[in-house]
Amino acid sequence: MTIHQHKWENSGTHRVPYWVYTDPEIYARELSLVFGGRSWNFVGLEAEIPNPGDYKRTAIGESSVIVVRGKEGEINVLKNQCAHRGLEVCRQEYGATRAFQCPYHQWTYRLDGALSGVPFAKGVGGHGGMPEDFDRKNHGLTKLNVTTRHGAIFASFANDIEPLEDYLGDKMLTLFDRVFNGKALRIVGVSRQRIPSNWKLMFENIKDPYHASLLHVFLVTFGLFRVDNPSRTQMDDTGRHSALVSRRSTNLDPNAATQEMASFQEKLELKDPRLLDIVKEFSDPATVVMQTIWPNLIVQQQANTLATRQIVPAGPDAFDLNWTFFGYADDDEAMRTRRLRHANLMGPAGFVSLDDSEVMDLAQRGIRVDPEQEAVVEMGGRGREDQDHIVTETAIRAFYGYYRETMGL
Amino acid sequence: MSNDPALMQEIHALYARYADLIDEGPISQWPSLFVEASLYKIVTRENLARGWDLGLMLCESRGGIEDRAYAIEHLSMTIPRIVRHLISGITATPNADGTIAVTANFAVFETIEGKPTTTFAAGRYRDVLLRDSDGALRFKEKVSVCDAATINNSLVYPL
Repeated sequence: MTIHQHKWENSGTHRVPYWVYTDPEIYARELSLVFGGRSWNFVGLEAEIPNPGDYKRTAIGESSVIVVRGKEGEINVLKNQCAHRGLEVCRQEYGATRAFQCPYHQWTYRLDGALSGVPFAKGVGGHGGMPEDFDRKNHGLTKLNVTTRHGAIFASFANDIEPLEDYLGDKMLTLFDRVFNGKALRIVGVSRQRIPSNWKLMFENIKDPYHASLLHVFLVTFGLFRVDNPSRTQMDDTGRHSALVSRRSTNLDPNAATQEMASFQEKLELKDPRLLDIVKEFSDPATVVMQTIWPNLIVQQQANTLATRQIVPAGPDAFDLNWTFFGYADDDEAMRTRRLRHANLMGPAGFVSLDDSEVMDLAQRGIRVDPEQEAVVEMGGRGREDQDHIVTETAIRAFYGYYRETMGL
Repeated sequence: MSNDPALMQEIHALYARYADLIDEGPISQWPSLFVEASLYKIVTRENLARGWDLGLMLCESRGGIEDRAYAIEHLSMTIPRIVRHLISGITATPNADGTIAVTANFAVFETIEGKPTTTFAAGRYRDVLLRDSDGALRFKEKVSVCDAATINNSLVYPL
């Protein structure tokens, strides 16, 4: 039996074959080349684990990892896999501990992953024990390459990877630092959803401002994000990261593009308008910046809701989206309340993002039956350059440029 | 804890009506079970345990609850589905201020059109009831605490 080899026929990225969203072999390659490769994977915020011994469990690709603050306050990211028989040593989603102990044979690891204890290593009553040359130093938990920037934690399976700042590039670093500006962060809360679609569709959704003016009544009607707002679509030099930057308009031209925006509801008014009681908090004029960072992070600033969204794939046709809403430690009471209110826009029940999780479900249902069909990604041309508007799919094309390179497709 | 049969019957009727208005509709009537100055919130056990305030849904007034009901019915793009609430183990404890603290377990099943029924959520209500000016018992606070940290795709309807 020969296994069908997919070929990406077109040299561009304005057409995307559906098999990239469904094929198990492609997915296996993504786990090793995208998530397991030379990439900085977002794994959490330092504010989630403020004290030595605090930890959380998360995953990079499908590899379970422990993100833990060590004794000296440093952050360690450890593969959650006992060096003895491969068990997941950490069973809790989060907590505080002095050590990690595998439940099976009680091999014990320090917060930096070093193996500190092996029961019966010297044998019992002259019987058994590990061989003379067994060296605990060679049997710790696998320690990942870790970097942090202004409270955000990234890890990589690769040791030969450039510093995060170079990885992001100037344009993306500036936008990243806009929200992660060095001020201490405060966690507002987390939410998670299991979305029944390929993980790349999540990135595409955020890289696609074309849909936002059509699908989302809330964005359109309240002017939060619309094609006729002053906006831009930007990428880094490689095309793997991108950002949509836009400014809310309060007096929109009623004759503008709203006729084509079927979801525009002129008369819609909130009975509790505190939901959209937005205050300006950044020095630039942008009111929304949605940034996607290869391979698994979305940084959201919409109104006064700030969040990271971490993508954790779960097979070719599902992924977990882990939302961490945050603010700053010096937020006053009014801002704390405001961030909670604006969080209604986002998350599994978000007035905006609810439409997206539903659409991604429908996309995967449609795609899975026809692997040889392809998506048409030609809004705003066929190129991959920055554009000073959001009537475009250029960021999706740029993403697939880098994706093809990484995957050898 | 109250064992006044008349009060317990009234509370059971309120919870039955709550489930019915969400499951069978009209959802536009769901806010009528809340007093004007009311709170509706869906939280997860994890956020609660970690002292994080985030609500997956947060409505801080009956108006806010009406906004949510309107959005569900008219604004959100959702795949058609039926939800079904089972509510059991209701306990009621009168507070000194005349309100009544209620706890109960809930399970919500979801049936996406064309697919089999799945268990969507399970958890516990931590509610406060108030006798409104017209004599009816209504929710002053309704907090649905979800056991799971993960939602199966979209959280469309209130829990």
